[in-house]
Amino acid sequence: MNNKMPETDTEKKTAQEVVLRGIAAAPGIAMGPAYLYRKQIPRVEVKSISTSDVEAEKQRLHNATARAEKELKKILAFAEEKLGSQQAKIFEAQVMILNDAILMGEIERRIETELKNAEHIVADEISKYKRLMLAANDEYMHERAHDVDDVMNRIIRNIQDQKLFSRLEGESIIVSEILVAADTVIFSRNQVLGYATDFGGVTSHAALISRSLKIPAVVGLRSATKQIRTGDFIAIDGYAGTLVINPSEETIDALKRKTRKFREFEEQLVGIAGLAADTPDHRHIELSANIEFVDEIEFARLQGAAGIGLFRTESMLLDRITYLAEDEQYEIYKKVADGVFPHPVIFRTFDVGGDKLAPDSYHEANPFLGWRGIRVLLDRPDIFMAQLRALLRASTRKNVRIMFPMVTKVREVRQAKAFVKQAAEELQAKGIAYDPKIKIGVMIEVPSAAILAGEMAAEVDFLSIGSNDLIQYLLAVDRDNSLVAPLYSPFNPAVIRTIKGVIDAGHKKNVWVGMCGEMAGDPLATVLLVGLGLDEFSVLPTVLPEIKKIIRSVKYKEARRIADKMLALSTEEEIKEYLSSVVKTKLPEIPLE
Amino acid sequence: MVERTVTIKNRAGLHTRPAATIVKTAARFASDFFIEKDGMQINGKSIIGVMTLAAEQGSALILRFEGADEEQAAAALTELFERGFDEQ
Repeated sequence: MNNKMPETDTEKKTAQEVVLRGIAAAPGIAMGPAYLYRKQIPRVEVKSISTSDVEAEKQRLHNATARAEKELKKILAFAEEKLGSQQAKIFEAQVMILNDAILMGEIERRIETELKNAEHIVADEISKYKRLMLAANDEYMHERAHDVDDVMNRIIRNIQDQKLFSRLEGESIIVSEILVAADTVIFSRNQVLGYATDFGGVTSHAALISRSLKIPAVVGLRSATKQIRTGDFIAIDGYAGTLVINPSEETIDALKRKTRKFREFEEQLVGIAGLAADTPDHRHIELSANIEFVDEIEFARLQGAAGIGLFRTESMLLDRITYLAEDEQYEIYKKVADGVFPHPVIFRTFDVGGDKLAPDSYHEANPFLGWRGIRVLLDRPDIFMAQLRALLRASTRKNVRIMFPMVTKVREVRQAKAFVKQAAEELQAKGIAYDPKIKIGVMIEVPSAAILAGEMAAEVDFLSIGSNDLIQYLLAVDRDNSLVAPLYSPFNPAVIRTIKGVIDAGHKKNVWVGMCGEMAGDPLATVLLVGLGLDEFSVLPTVLPEIKKIIRSVKYKEARRIADKMLALSTEEEIKEYLSSVVKTKLPEIPLE
Repeated sequence: MVERTVTIKNRAGLHTRPAATIVKTAARFASDFFIEKDGMQINGKSIIGVMTLAAEQGSALILRFEGADEEQAAAALTELFERGFDEQ
């Protein structure tokens, strides 16, 4: 974290402090100059060249493609390291285009015969292909057109010898309308202090990446790019989700104090990883981690996770039409199961919206209420069965659990279980080993599933509350929509009472109930959730020690009393206020907002 | 010149991965190789060209080979299409 001060001595800042509110996407505080990032589209002018210039022009082209390839390979290597090889595949196609001998040969031939500058010919020639791809009535081809466009701009920029946009001058906070995964990856190789965007939500890929890279981020600021210029001194607070333009001395001091408090608290947490997540009166809580990539297992273990409560498998789906074959999936699941052993790992089957797997150019008016989660899997037995066989094959050490996303009715659970049975029988017939007693659970993330929690529990071995979606569906709020995002609250009494209902219904059927949404990692909610009787918390590895500290500090008996009190309150404001006072008195060292 | 008509067999169609396999296989032969779909012809040795074909499962393509090893090239490429690029 860098707290570089504005150079008030040399140039007096008289500008007014402006506070923008957004959504906290990755924790941490950063202060420094802003760098306004807009996707650069190089300008291409047509210039005539003489025959004697042809060789030099071709040389410029060669040098540029060589540099472009070097850039892309760096991004590819970095993406592979940080995100895994599957995610990195998007960059591979671009490298292949750079090495397309037919394309490059044609570009050179045209430079010779048309006697025009290299960048003009590159733009003209590659645009032909781009137009063909855009003309296809197919989303997949449109995406490939973007790849082709990226390669074209990369070559042209290198011919013009322009600096790579992401090569920043010193340390900066990146301010942009939106950041896609590739941008985040590219920027993180530089001295990035933080990210701030107009659009996007906490679940966006860029947010996930900034959290894993430990770079503070605030998203959904709406007008940041309109109000900020490159060089403006700004501060972002990735805990509170705010951005301050021209922060006053007082604001800077307050943010510095906050940074210090967080740092001190982090120091206090050293050593807690080896301790159990038990309340002082010995109620044991399963405290596990949410991860998506194999590489994250080690960090989760270091942070003291007792297993993985949510392993997202969506990264196995490369794009609309390609998914990893059963054997490739098995290799990954096996690696995860071995890495987590002897602790358990819960694999959530593919949780994707229709956008990933829908037929060509199919657009849903309401993707949130559309073809997603278990609905997709039940409609695509080919994909579902391959995944289930791979998971079963990885279960031989008996620490693999399977969880189905987005179930809304009991019949879906029964159908999904029938698929598991069929997959098991297929393996059995072939004499392939698997865990015949594999534990199966469902996500409770839709109001109907919460209401039917008892019936769901009768079908499975565990329930896991997906608080992010449950809150959105319950409160009818899309938290990526910055106009209504503030209405999203885990402390709405309706949310708390629903959670209570799910936990009680599960316990009545003797199944344990966990939570794998962000609420499970919210320090303000921990005591409440323990008191409501939650058995398992699955949280981001980064917040795990803090949640453990809270669990270990408050007696279950007292937490229950607090939870009962919260269940009787009627506004989220009262609930939040009371829970803050609990944390402030019991754990004054916890830095709350 | 040798000409063959093939059908895309794999479910996913001619996306990036099969496109790369086609180009790599074609590069092993000296003969020129062109692919025609719906009256449009592209150079089968160019990845960016093959990527533009947007050929989904069931589409018919005409493969044309010209050169000293055209028979061998035709045999290798036709087989690749018949195997569905070894995808499902």
